[in-house]
Amino acid sequence: MSRFKTKKSKGTAAINTSSLPDIIFMLLFFFMVTTVMREVSLKVKLKLPEATEIQKLERKSLVSYIYIGPPVKSALYGTNSRIQLNDTFATVDDIQEFVAKEREDRDEADRKFITTSLKIDGITKMGIVTDVKQELRKAGALKINYSTRKGLDKR
Amino acid sequence: MAKRAAPEINAGSMADIAFLLLIFFLVTTTMDVDTGITRKLPPPVENEDEDIDVKDRNVLKVLINSHDRLLIDGKPGLVSDLKAKAMDFMSIHPGDEEYPEFDVKMNDELGMERDMSKGIISLKNDRGTSYEMYIKVQNELASAFNQMKDDLSMELFGLKYTQLIDKKKIKGINKAVPVRISEAEPEDIGGR
Repeated sequence: MSRFKTKKSKGTAAINTSSLPDIIFMLLFFFMVTTVMREVSLKVKLKLPEATEIQKLERKSLVSYIYIGPPVKSALYGTNSRIQLNDTFATVDDIQEFVAKEREDRDEADRKFITTSLKIDGITKMGIVTDVKQELRKAGALKINYSTRKGLDKR
Repeated sequence: MAKRAAPEINAGSMADIAFLLLIFFLVTTTMDVDTGITRKLPPPVENEDEDIDVKDRNVLKVLINSHDRLLIDGKPGLVSDLKAKAMDFMSIHPGDEEYPEFDVKMNDELGMERDMSKGIISLKNDRGTSYEMYIKVQNELASAFNQMKDDLSMELFGLKYTQLIDKKKIKGINKAVPVRISEAEPEDIGGR
């Protein structure tokens, strides 16, 4: 009997942490693969409206974003909805140039698959949205996606 | 201290380095899935004056004014009624003058002839309409068309439209239930 007891009495052994880096690296690679780099810092408030009939946007590298909403710094820029392209505020006239530039950045074979995602705050008036849509039509960016959150089905 | 084997590199800080990298990637990347309602804009018209004449019975007019009130085919309506109205309008009613015309077209993918409604849902909004209301209406209309696709798919294949795998079937259903929503240019009546 005593033979079994003597083996146990050793004091707490240090936990082997040699595999900790491997675990962390695994996590790291997981995040590197599944995520994409954040491209812009938002200057407008975005509370996307809810919808139930939504589709997922595939291939994020082929999506260009247009943000419209009331500026975060309302004391400086007012509360009217503004358009944000990349990192700056823009006007409706800048959209065609923006679309052309986005197209230039993509591979020639992929250009016809570019989707323009419109991220627009719910309280924005349709006037500015329609202006943007008209500009997109003129620029030939016809595939658009109204970005919405997944809402609860009320029925 | 004359000779000894090459000392082991201390790997204790490896975890810290990896953590640092991990946190960097956690902060700089996004993982949110983008979802939304996908629509295709009509190509720009060259001749602005050119108006395509569509018969009155073939159009379901949906108007949203600057106070986010809805007018469906001339009568005030609610967003919750829109889906039923749209589905009723787009379905085939033979011999009824109130509903849109239809003609028989061959659907190659489904391998059958189908009655295709000539109805169009015309969506018109004011410049003062809120985007939230607009999306609600778009959502209801999309929901109506999705429901019709589901119904047809159930009838033909016994599966929901989203459960179909065969590309040909999906294409056939899409052809049989085209999303016919036309967006008119907005009117500036309610002010910005």
